[in-house]
Amino acid sequence: MLAFVLTLVLLLSIVIVLAYAERKVAAFMQDRLGPTEAGPYGSLQSVLDVLKLLQKEDIVPAAADKSLFKLAPILIFAAVFAGFAVIPFTPDLVPAGIGIGVFYLLAIISLDVVGLLMAGWGSNNKYAMLGAMRSVAQIVSYEIPAGLAILAAVMVCQSLDFQEISYQQGALMNQFPGLEYEMNWLFGIRDLGINTTTIGGITTWNIFRAPILLVAFVIYFIASLAESNRAPFDIPEAESELVAGFHVEYSGFRFAALFLAEYSMMVLVSLVAVILFLGSWNTPLPNIGPVSLAYWTTGTVGELSSILWGGFWLLSKTFVLLFLQLQIRWTYPRLRVDQLMHLCWKVLTPIALAVVLIAGIWRLLMI
Amino acid sequence: MLFYIFAILAILSGAYMVLTRNLLYAGFSLLITLLSVAGIYVLLFADFIAVTQLMVYVGGVLVLILFGIMLSSRVHDKSVMSENVNTVWGTLVAGLILVGLSYSILKANISLLPWLQTIEMDVLGNQKSTVQSIGLKLMTDFVVPFELASLLLLIALMGAAYIATDKQKV
Repeated sequence: MLAFVLTLVLLLSIVIVLAYAERKVAAFMQDRLGPTEAGPYGSLQSVLDVLKLLQKEDIVPAAADKSLFKLAPILIFAAVFAGFAVIPFTPDLVPAGIGIGVFYLLAIISLDVVGLLMAGWGSNNKYAMLGAMRSVAQIVSYEIPAGLAILAAVMVCQSLDFQEISYQQGALMNQFPGLEYEMNWLFGIRDLGINTTTIGGITTWNIFRAPILLVAFVIYFIASLAESNRAPFDIPEAESELVAGFHVEYSGFRFAALFLAEYSMMVLVSLVAVILFLGSWNTPLPNIGPVSLAYWTTGTVGELSSILWGGFWLLSKTFVLLFLQLQIRWTYPRLRVDQLMHLCWKVLTPIALAVVLIAGIWRLLMI
Repeated sequence: MLFYIFAILAILSGAYMVLTRNLLYAGFSLLITLLSVAGIYVLLFADFIAVTQLMVYVGGVLVLILFGIMLSSRVHDKSVMSENVNTVWGTLVAGLILVGLSYSILKANISLLPWLQTIEMDVLGNQKSTVQSIGLKLMTDFVVPFELASLLLLIALMGAAYIATDKQKV
């Protein structure tokens, strides 16, 4: 129960920062100032936005399917929020450390799709319907390259447990039960003979210990943009043709819930990318001889220092990815639907299949 | 206790799915049924089966069903209604199956089955999930059915691609 409340509070604060960042980043990229009035540098803008949304009247269209319309935002947010249950935030803080976390996350995200269909249908509006259809088609298609990229990382790590994958990517690896005698080698190649188990830092991140995962990371990142309906994959809510996509009829609190779910999805996919490819809560600084930077910036497991350092590294890496997402949104034009499908099926999926094969071979070099 | 909550949810939503005339509502109540069955799987220590159930049925089959309903019902601009046919025969067959199943379950002395007497309560042992043992079984004892299933899926995929291609008129 405590984990539930803590995760919710953490998520809400990240989303508020993110909503502010989106306005500011957009403004700076277009040579504007963005919000300046509310608070210093407009920093209270998104808090006030939320307050405004909560005060608004809760409008349910007369011709809408009432029960589905009301249920949909809750289902969408619950599906995304359930994904956070398996995310390890620090070396010893994970809401639910189940052994098949990665698989569970992929499955629970697909509940989101049902919620989107529910919202689109319940609104009884053709823009909403079209938006929901496009969104679902896009999410279902892009789950395949994303899933294959995740599979490549799982094959290298030989685990479906997020926490175990996290421990593997740092100097603390041998402290995880079951991994006491595992070793990390430079680039994952044992024959090079350079043992990086105690060096840690960036040398044990997944993209470094199996460089093929760098390709998998790029594929996953592109696919995750599509899964969270971000530009350049935002045809589901293309403002110029569909008004706002599946949430066009929503207002007030229900709109706030949908908005929150959308930004939570961005945070979730970035967190997963960080955990699977970019070393999770591990520090990027390696131990160099007597200068054990990795240990200094990790803290002792079980004490406050490890919680603070772990949370700091995890969140700062996540924010870098989120910043990249915002930047891409204001850089690239929207893809047409045929380009979208071409990219998914003819470019990303074949490359992802090849990456899975190479990752399997790489794993053989690692042992 | 948790089992009864999931079981009641599964039965109620299943009954609603059968009784409602609106196909779309039937689809959404199927969602609740599938979720509660997944919950029951978790209670039976079958975590992998539970998640696979979500992945395949909720993420795949159910979305396909909903898509089908939504795409076809927009033609008439109202929800698709299902019709009742064969009411008498349907009820009769279903009732007979229910009676037969209940009779055999009550007749069987489940708690005295030999394998149930010797089974260990600690199903997982020191493993964290059932994935390892499932993987080993699939690659050793059940490798032929596994490969056959993948072949079948490949054929289905090729068939779908063939049906979906634009056939040029000769």
